[in-house]
Amino acid sequence: MDKTTFEDRKTISAPMHSPLRHDSAHKHVAGTADYIDDMPEPEGTLHAALGMGDRAHAEIVSMDLSAVRAAPGVVWVMTGADVPGINDISPSGRHDEPVLAEGKVVFHGQPIFAVIAQTREAARRAARLAKIEYRELPHWTDVTDTLASGAQLVTDPLTLSRGDADTGLASAPRRLSGQMRIGGQDHFYLEGHIALAIPGEDDEVTVWSSTQHPSEVQHMVGHALGVPSNAVTVQVRRMGGGFGGKETQSNQFAAIAAIAAKKLKRPVKFRPDRDEDMTATGKRHDFLVSYDAGFDDEGRIHAVKANYAARCGFSSDLSGPVTDRALFHADNAYFYPHVKLTSQPLKTHTVSNTAFRGFGGPQGMVGGERIIEEIAYALGKDPLEIRKANFYGEAGSERSLTPYHQPVEDNIVGRIVDELERSSDYQARRAAILDFNRTSRVIRKGIALTPVKFGISFTATWFNQAGALVHVYQDGSIHLNHGGTEMGQGLFTKVAQVLADAFQVDITQVKITATTTAKVPNTSATAASSGSDLNGMAAFDAARQIKERLVAFAAEKWNVPPEEIAFVPHHVRVGDALIPFADFIRQAYLARVQLSAAGFYKTPKIHWDRAKGIGSPFYYFAYGAAVSEVSIDTLTGEYQVDRVDILHDVGRSLNPAIDIGQVEGAFVQGMGWLTTEELWWDDKGRLRTHAPSTYKIPLASDRPKVFNVQLAEWSENAEQTIGRSKAVGEPPFMLAISVLEALSMAVASVADYRQCPRLDAPATPERVLMAVERLKHL
Amino acid sequence: MQIQANTIRFILNDEEVSLADVPATRTLLDWLRLHRRLTGTKEGCAEGDCGACTVLVGRLLDGALVYESVNTCIRLLGSMNATHVVTVEHLASDDGALHPVQQALMDNHGSQCGFCTPGFVMSLYGLWLANDRPGRPEIERTLQGNLCRCTGYEPIVKAAEAIAETRPSTVFDPIERARAQIKEKLAALAPRETIRLGAPGDRVIVPASVEDLADVLAQEPKATVVAGSTDVGLWVTKQMRDLDPVVFINHLPELQAISYSAGGLTIGAGVTYTQACDALAELVPALGPLIARIGGEQVRNMGTIGGNIANGSPIGDTPPPLIALGARLTLRSASGRRELPLEEFFITYGKQDRRPGEFVESLFVPTLPAGEQFAVYKVSKRRDEDISALCGAFRIALDPSGHVSDARICFGGMAGTPKRASHVEAFLKGKPWTEETVSAARSAFEKDYTPLTDWRASADYRLLAAKNLLTRLLLQTSGAPAQLARFEEMA
Repeated sequence: MDKTTFEDRKTISAPMHSPLRHDSAHKHVAGTADYIDDMPEPEGTLHAALGMGDRAHAEIVSMDLSAVRAAPGVVWVMTGADVPGINDISPSGRHDEPVLAEGKVVFHGQPIFAVIAQTREAARRAARLAKIEYRELPHWTDVTDTLASGAQLVTDPLTLSRGDADTGLASAPRRLSGQMRIGGQDHFYLEGHIALAIPGEDDEVTVWSSTQHPSEVQHMVGHALGVPSNAVTVQVRRMGGGFGGKETQSNQFAAIAAIAAKKLKRPVKFRPDRDEDMTATGKRHDFLVSYDAGFDDEGRIHAVKANYAARCGFSSDLSGPVTDRALFHADNAYFYPHVKLTSQPLKTHTVSNTAFRGFGGPQGMVGGERIIEEIAYALGKDPLEIRKANFYGEAGSERSLTPYHQPVEDNIVGRIVDELERSSDYQARRAAILDFNRTSRVIRKGIALTPVKFGISFTATWFNQAGALVHVYQDGSIHLNHGGTEMGQGLFTKVAQVLADAFQVDITQVKITATTTAKVPNTSATAASSGSDLNGMAAFDAARQIKERLVAFAAEKWNVPPEEIAFVPHHVRVGDALIPFADFIRQAYLARVQLSAAGFYKTPKIHWDRAKGIGSPFYYFAYGAAVSEVSIDTLTGEYQVDRVDILHDVGRSLNPAIDIGQVEGAFVQGMGWLTTEELWWDDKGRLRTHAPSTYKIPLASDRPKVFNVQLAEWSENAEQTIGRSKAVGEPPFMLAISVLEALSMAVASVADYRQCPRLDAPATPERVLMAVERLKHL
Repeated sequence: MQIQANTIRFILNDEEVSLADVPATRTLLDWLRLHRRLTGTKEGCAEGDCGACTVLVGRLLDGALVYESVNTCIRLLGSMNATHVVTVEHLASDDGALHPVQQALMDNHGSQCGFCTPGFVMSLYGLWLANDRPGRPEIERTLQGNLCRCTGYEPIVKAAEAIAETRPSTVFDPIERARAQIKEKLAALAPRETIRLGAPGDRVIVPASVEDLADVLAQEPKATVVAGSTDVGLWVTKQMRDLDPVVFINHLPELQAISYSAGGLTIGAGVTYTQACDALAELVPALGPLIARIGGEQVRNMGTIGGNIANGSPIGDTPPPLIALGARLTLRSASGRRELPLEEFFITYGKQDRRPGEFVESLFVPTLPAGEQFAVYKVSKRRDEDISALCGAFRIALDPSGHVSDARICFGGMAGTPKRASHVEAFLKGKPWTEETVSAARSAFEKDYTPLTDWRASADYRLLAAKNLLTRLLLQTSGAPAQLARFEEMA
């Protein structure tokens, strides 16, 4: 018995809840982490490039591709007619999204053909040589134009209703209404889209794809090739960022690469350049929110009626669930006694918008917070007072029901906000800012505390399932695979911690492997912040199965009751004996114990009836709050974020280092969305901000000058999630709403806070200055 | 070492490289990734904005060996002669131990998806070599050209602060250990005669001297002259233009001279923003913070003031202040030199007064006369690494009674060229420098400028902000706080 070793090594290196660094951190800094473009290319690899339309809406009258075909290095030019299966990659099943456009283009930059050539440069050069004649048709790119042009929808709208909004509005002591525009956002993952397709025997093909959703790429490639899913294997080890932009948008590149690879019997790599990526792939939806709110002199909301009209682009993609989620978060943390919320997923002649961190939730929440702000300015109160007056009530109380009739049972927003208000010294700082603004002519300051309550689960209930495949080899080393994908969020690290913790071994004994549809089938997108909730539980389940077999084996072999067998650091305790883990596994192997298991998990409790707008779509809620302080220059609209304090709830953190990284990163990304990141289309329907020279995400020098981020360490998920943790990917994104509202307060100061500035997003320096001008001339 | 006139020779990490096949438009990035399979250096944007492709380039400057971060995505391979290219693969020591810069980034959780990380490593490595104890302003300035979409930058900045604790002299550093040998090798690699590569349609020319350059351009008046390639690089990566021949001038010592005289400063056309920054800031302090907001560090290490002028862009940031200061440009050709006021160089959008065979040789920036006020204000959507929506430069002379005796005002972003606000200037002259005057001068801007609406700003905003900048100037000359400063020391 190996007692000394156990005494020396009483713990394992990285159990659940420890701040382990990202599993690839060493490779990241050494430059040895391979992204798909870094993998050695198989011999004979060809390269693809897109031929894109240059009209926003037009019939293709004729298409002369002879110069493209004749260009040096060109091997094949593929059009929609060359798709052997179905020319459609619509993830919604509405058959509204061709791989390559045929007959008609419906947005500026829509892919019409693909060039396959010996080199990427040859393919890109050739793609510019097409001669295409169009007959132009009327186009509308903007929400307002679209509303004026028939307001065609890409998918069915949603209504959430509780109580009687009209009567509630009519009987409220005070009432206001308004509109707010909220801009979209490009994902700007640093690694753009890429696919590498390698043809196999018969109908088989393997595709390396930078995707958050390998199973869907598998389905789409199979669909486009006209082969069953079992012929297609999709793999991804890591992405250089995803943020939702690789949930459905990888399909096009993978499908084209796979079709060309099968046709030409050669590997085909497809890496669009940054401009093509930003032009041809979807973004966060822009919204026009129209709101009507009834309230009283205390600032208590009586009724809310709001419509969320969204620029969805030419096809449905994920616009249905995205606009749904906007409505699910229009209440944020506030109880609306009477409410009616409607969505309008508008069809526009722009690229089809898609998932992006928060998935419509942020836009819903910005609209809800605008209502709070309006009420505060109407009453001359601090918006924080209005917030507190409207928070959801105790679980079980009549003030705990959401607009979708799900009760809020785990509400901790009050405690979060109170703690943050104190720790950030909010009240004293606000008073000081009000003083400062009284005497400062050019520079004005603002401060805002905004909360977040975000619902966790896919609203498409069937997506809330996951699988994992765990092997324990004879030497005690462990192979981990699951359906989740790694895009930088640390999912692989967290799930490896779950497994190391389950077997009580060091994390170095767990080998993390690339996601592949061949190991774990029918996976869901790594999205909706669900990665560690779902895959962590699936891996835990696989470990449980193996451990149960091991316990049964040990109980029999050493004749010990099962309850006296335990997995302890680096060992298995069998009665009084401590057996080193590897020795124990070797014994189990010799005794023919199955050391491999497929784990599975499905989220309990959730249900959702979309037609009725009633259900419990969310397993639980994640909470947080932020205080932002900003300064603006009232001569130019320029601004800076002086200080941000955050208190965020991740339940019992699986990995506090990774979770703080998610909170900080999400906040800055959210701040970019609401400040400098502006998508700008010209009158021809061309997106003119399609590269970092024109599209401005935050820099190191834009991050808050003082940035205090804390996790609510006392929080524990009320539901039985993995380690009682909570999802973290999306919720903190919305903490950045505090920046927008702080800017708004600074603007409001020029008219002595008498009027809500109605600052639209993104609040570029131009929008800030124009709002200042509007208020100055009141 | 034998210098061959038909090869580009440089050092890649610890290997000497000699290339005879160098297409004029091949980027250093493509060569590193596709030909050398050094895949740690990434392509994120191919336009010098994201920094994922950052490497360090060592070169001899006034006899000293300096290492600077550059964007390999827009750096052309033909410009690499007599340099030392250091990629992320070169940093870890032979036994695989991480370099302190890498270690600090890892320990501080500075990577998430990791794609931008090698670029951050290289930028921070450059800072670590150059600066003993960088503060947050220096760190942020170093990182202006590196985008990260995951971390929010906080852990990266913390890593940068942590690295400062370890100094190059105390560790096994790949550059420090080889400095003397590298310096010797690079000196030997400087071309003694003009390097000519390629065949008609795809030629690279690296002149050995300014004389040679003048001769080359006399023979090849349609040549594309490339200094920093921060603009030409995008013609290649974005527009896929064919260029023939490309004549590289970034290495010519004569064009890198900065010389002082009683009346001002002469800057060679090949002087980078980084090199020029301190000298210009010493001459006219307001120019320092402006130059620090041009591009990112990598772009400033490559791009030149000469190129910023020669490309004729209406949104270049140096022409407005230089015109307001009364700078003069020297153009040179095989038949000699001519000098002209900088503002006369810009004829109209896309057209400059540069005759066939001519190149920009140097720029003379006069000293600001005692007692005159000068300010330059750049307004952009994002403060750093953004192209100006507008950039206004003001030089105001007041007489003893507080009246405006002279005014030179020039804006970028407001017209097809950098353009003087002549109506505003005329209005101000002779009037008291007061709020009333400034207020009354606002309408004169409308006579001077009819700006465009584009993705950087609307016409209305540009005009309003331009007017307001005159107010900012007035307030600042009277000592009132009228501008944001991220760091007190930069105020």
